[in-house]
Amino acid sequence: MKPFIAHEGIVVPLDRPNVDTDAILPKQFLKRVEKKGYGKYLFFDWRYHDNQEENPEFILNKHVYKKASILLTRKNFGSGSSREHAPWALKDFGFRVIIAPSFADIFYNNCFKNGILPIVISETLVSDLFENVNRVEGYTLRVDLDSQTIEGKHGFHTRFEVDSFRKEMLLNGRDEISMTLQEEELIEKFEGKHNVYFQFDVPENKN
Amino acid sequence: MGKTLYEKIWDKHVVHNNDDQPALLYIDLHLIHEVTSPQAFSGLREANRPVRRPELTLATMDHSIPTASRSYPFRDPTAQLQVETLEKNCRDFGVQLYNLESDMQGIVHVIAPELGLTLPGQTMVCGDSHTSTHGAFGALAFGIGTSEVEHVLATQCLKQYPSKTLSIMINGRLPEAVTSKDLILSIIGKYGNDFAAGHVIEYRGEAIEALSMEERMTICNMSIEFGARAGLIAPDDVTFDYVKNKPFAPKGEKWDQALSEWKSLYSDEDANFNISIEFDATKVAPQVTWGTNPGFVGGIDESVPNPDSLSKENKKEAEDALVYMGLEPGTKMEEIAVDTVFIGSCTNSRIEDLREAAKIVKGYKVFPEIRALVVPGSQQVKKQAEQEGLDKIFLEAGFEWRNSGCSMCLGMNEDIVMPGERCASTSNRNFEGRQGRNARTHLVSPSMAAAAAIKGHFYDVRNWDFKKEVIQ
Ligand code: SF4
Repeated sequence: MKPFIAHEGIVVPLDRPNVDTDAILPKQFLKRVEKKGYGKYLFFDWRYHDNQEENPEFILNKHVYKKASILLTRKNFGSGSSREHAPWALKDFGFRVIIAPSFADIFYNNCFKNGILPIVISETLVSDLFENVNRVEGYTLRVDLDSQTIEGKHGFHTRFEVDSFRKEMLLNGRDEISMTLQEEELIEKFEGKHNVYFQFDVPENKN
Repeated sequence: MGKTLYEKIWDKHVVHNNDDQPALLYIDLHLIHEVTSPQAFSGLREANRPVRRPELTLATMDHSIPTASRSYPFRDPTAQLQVETLEKNCRDFGVQLYNLESDMQGIVHVIAPELGLTLPGQTMVCGDSHTSTHGAFGALAFGIGTSEVEHVLATQCLKQYPSKTLSIMINGRLPEAVTSKDLILSIIGKYGNDFAAGHVIEYRGEAIEALSMEERMTICNMSIEFGARAGLIAPDDVTFDYVKNKPFAPKGEKWDQALSEWKSLYSDEDANFNISIEFDATKVAPQVTWGTNPGFVGGIDESVPNPDSLSKENKKEAEDALVYMGLEPGTKMEEIAVDTVFIGSCTNSRIEDLREAAKIVKGYKVFPEIRALVVPGSQQVKKQAEQEGLDKIFLEAGFEWRNSGCSMCLGMNEDIVMPGERCASTSNRNFEGRQGRNARTHLVSPSMAAAAAIKGHFYDVRNWDFKKEVIQ
């Protein structure tokens, strides 16, 4: 995974609470077996009319936001389905940072695995940002993961919290599976003493 | 200091505690399905990694499959490709698969319990948020994304931070004709749809103890709609009786050993929860959601609220929701007419749910022009229902009777609710577009859905006039 160190970009304001993963990427696009190419379906039902034409009212369709890479939104973003297709679509569209007062747990976790930084800041700060964004067309922010700060015009400056492990994973673009596999001895030792009450008979592993 | 049930299960599964990292947690059972697994298997192939413990992994197909005819080719080639990809992945990596030809196939959260794979004290994961269902057995079960599916396939472990704990003490018993679906909906309604974020819930108290396993699964299933990571109910005799003699449940000496272990699975009296709340079960009415998140819900004897009467935080969202739902404040719930009725999903498609619905339906006909379907949660449920003659009751009334799958819960197959149509659904999500573009979903219990199908509008099942003798 590509490391995430700092990012500067245009902020798009999506002023709704409880945006769920069904809205981020509707189910008709979950049938693909790849990880790529979901960006064009992001927020599909909001972005397009029934006749597939773009809905000019939807914020992402405004010209200035076509290149936005920071999403500003309200509480409980990413609720509902665990589909990682949601962060895949956000990433593919070009988002690297999402700022909200809270995120749904699974979605929050899924973001980190895909090089997207979800940032939690207070309701008040989120509202301040909405104000700035609505005042200045094409408002940008600079997010620095190392110093855990966000900076923008109109005196916006704040620190944010992120746990050290996830931070380190993003900064170094590390592969979590390889890390866990380094602990294989511990896993084997654990399996030696751990009771499981069933297992399937499976054919010899061919891989 | 005592331990909570959650802590007891957690502690038993920690492979390793790292100071500067999340704990490495062992997973006893990994469930997979066709939608969230293909990219995980591709990842394994690219890195040339095997599935570490295929014998602790079970695959089935449920989300995108057709439930009318199961024969190939599917009408939707992309769905077929997904199903074929799962077949191939399971073959290549040696994973047990219940495919469409198997009579064990069904919605992943319905089949694991009925096969005796869901056991108390286990850790279980699946690339699906409603994995929380299995918490009804006192198993720590939660949904994960596809990256984590790959992680579990490769290592049988996950890196996890412990969650916070939330105790919900539910006092008193549910009134007659009120179900556990109504209970969980009214709890979410009272506290809000993200109240439990970051927490694992333990449901406790008299009302919970009185529930069957099916009813408990409905509650834990919807923990995710409350924002929680997982839901738990301490196992008791109801649990043990349900698990005993299930196909994969431990037998003989192993059973005795398991049972003595499982009997220690409860929260100690002096255990500490991060949050504790109490809820009165005796006042709960049958529930109907009126908005676009499960917290926008009310009793059947109430009216659609005026957004002005809600908190400032909810007002704007409620206004938008009413526009989407095509509802006016003040409309009585009983006056809302429906076009479609869906009885199914991992929330309410088990045998008990179908029995409850059939009791209502028996002797009646579906209201003219209403499309009503019953989609059993598994082929086993379907078979059992047919043995009990429930299929005939539904078919005679004018319901469609399907094969098992997720179907109209998320509309990945052909079963979608048409734009602007209103659906009484026993599923778990009333999000915008969930059952189809511009579809309007009202979440209800199976008996409430059945009653709506007969009357053509929502109806208080507490006043139902049962036509014929009650089915056992
Ligand atoms: S029935 Fe619905 S909620 Fe349950 S697993 Fe299937 S799609 Fe998800």
